[in-house]
Amino acid sequence: MVARTTASPVPARPMQQDLEVDRVTKRYGAQAVVDALSLAVAHGSFFSILGPSGCGKTTLLRIVAGFLAPDEGDVRIGGRSMRGVPPNRRPVNMVFQHLALFPMMTVGENVGYGLARRGGARADIAARVDAMLRRVGLPGAQDRRVDQLSGGQKQRVAIARCLVLEPALLLLDEPLGALDLKLREHMKIELKHLQADFGTTFVYITHDQSEALVLSDRVAVMNAGRFEQVGTPQELYYEPRTPFVAGFVGANNRITGRAAAGDGETVEVVTAEGLAVRARASGNIATGDAVEAFVRPEAVDLARDPVELPPGAQRFSGRVGSLLFDGANSAVLVREERTQAEIRIALPQTGRLADLRVDEPVAFGFAAQSALCFRAGDHGG
Amino acid sequence: MAARLASDLAAPRSRLALLLLMAPALVWLVGLVVLPHVELAVLSLRARVAPRVYEWSLDQYRTFVDEPLYWRTFVRTATISIVATACTLAIAFPAAWYIAKIARGRAKTVLFVLCLIPFWVSETVRTLGWMILLRESGVVPRLLVDLGITPAPVELLYHDATILVGLVYTSLLFMVVPLVSALESLDDSLIEAAYDLGGNGWSILRQIVVPHAAPGIAAGSIVVFMLTLGNYLTPTLLGGKNSLWFTEQIYAQFITRFNWEQGAAFGFLLLFLSTAIVWAGLELTGQRFGDVMRRT
Repeated sequence: MVARTTASPVPARPMQQDLEVDRVTKRYGAQAVVDALSLAVAHGSFFSILGPSGCGKTTLLRIVAGFLAPDEGDVRIGGRSMRGVPPNRRPVNMVFQHLALFPMMTVGENVGYGLARRGGARADIAARVDAMLRRVGLPGAQDRRVDQLSGGQKQRVAIARCLVLEPALLLLDEPLGALDLKLREHMKIELKHLQADFGTTFVYITHDQSEALVLSDRVAVMNAGRFEQVGTPQELYYEPRTPFVAGFVGANNRITGRAAAGDGETVEVVTAEGLAVRARASGNIATGDAVEAFVRPEAVDLARDPVELPPGAQRFSGRVGSLLFDGANSAVLVREERTQAEIRIALPQTGRLADLRVDEPVAFGFAAQSALCFRAGDHGG
Repeated sequence: MAARLASDLAAPRSRLALLLLMAPALVWLVGLVVLPHVELAVLSLRARVAPRVYEWSLDQYRTFVDEPLYWRTFVRTATISIVATACTLAIAFPAAWYIAKIARGRAKTVLFVLCLIPFWVSETVRTLGWMILLRESGVVPRLLVDLGITPAPVELLYHDATILVGLVYTSLLFMVVPLVSALESLDDSLIEAAYDLGGNGWSILRQIVVPHAAPGIAAGSIVVFMLTLGNYLTPTLLGGKNSLWFTEQIYAQFITRFNWEQGAAFGFLLLFLSTAIVWAGLELTGQRFGDVMRRT
């Protein structure tokens, strides 16, 4: 594991923005892949950009690294504009998707590559490489060949190779994407430890919402070249501001329909099949608007007998469609009796209802407060 | 799976099948490569003491050492071949880089075909084409006069540089192909990573690109060097009578002088010396022959 040290290589500068992206646009043909994006990343934080593939997050990262020039806007790193500064002169380093370790060099040469390019005494470089390898938990690995390393060790070398240069910013381009599930879970924890240990600002891009939620201090959810919402993982999960965020971050039931009666705080959503649910309104919703309501699987209560449901919740009856057993993430898909609408409900982790059978009649319900309703196609700011 | 296959092959019937499968290759190897070489080796090691009377001797090899013309011709041939190989590499590398890393889709195919097109006509016609361009009354000298660079047409044929141009032109494809395949297998993100970590164009070429492409470079260089060293037509036509190419000496011994013993000895010397030069080249650059041959 990672050795803990007390001294941080970068002096603490509280509240400083290490990275500022100012209305950056990148077009390919008529299409804006990155569309007037702005963002600020505070010093020492772990910032993730989360989005589906093709949303423009890799383009944004490559603009920050300097491999692409923005058509409009500016990137400032540590307060300094990066306009016209090539990648090899930016105080930024990048961990590539497939790590891009140099196979023709040893581990020590990989880690020392950047230092050697800057010039400096051979002995000094060797000492710093040695110290860095110790810090990432690979002491004495200098002479090993890259292909002798395990996936996790390779990732640590890729990060060590960047951090030994003490960059203001470390960019990570889905480095966990190529790993198998077990190792990915392990590397997630290791990355978080490394970031906390070094205190370097990390900007991490991923399409995996669990990586973004687990690792980050703040997450930007990106879609079609724009940020839908920027916030802490908790904000994104509990207070999504757009239907896209609600649907993309975490599991969610989507109920599309039209807004019927509303009382300002909650609205009634009526689907085409006639299912009516009440949900908390996000933004101004007028009667007759096309809307999307979201309710999390764990916010829905499930019972065999309707009287077991908490009082005040809206109640429905249905039949079990399928059982999705997955340990602590187990859920059932329930079909509503009258409209056949399918809804995913998390199974209580206590093991109560573990004996449910397919086609068994059940009752379910949820509070209007725990469902959220958006105007369809709302994209936030 | 592999073990079962091996045991199957060990069975007598399978061994017969394997033998039959390999028969054409074996006949070709033994009949056209091994036997003639054994014959030549025997030829090169005998001396005629009287009509139809021969005895074992190293006289033919001694002639090569004693007669400066012969070994100087050899040194000259080897030197020009090495220079031609280096020039071919220098010209082919950027072209291969462009084809492998910059050109996309159709452009890539078109460029590859452009490299191939000169090989659709025979080497003789190609070399005669160079002669039409370069002879005193040819296209290039006239152009030089028209442009006011030279006052009178100059003879551009029959120089060592002319031989070099012809050899490089003939060899280019054999360098481009292994280089393209070596460079295509280089992951672009390695170059980006090196650039990101502070490398510049030159250091990335030296530390990332060349080490990765080294087996391809070696493979192309070996092929080009061997082709150049053994080339007969191009040096003879472009260099004229005095081109002093070693293959011409072999030709002269076999055909003009009818001294097959001497010709065979020269043939073997060419084989040994070229092998020695290739071996030395591989040793100097730290390459292994097996790795290199897998790239061709």
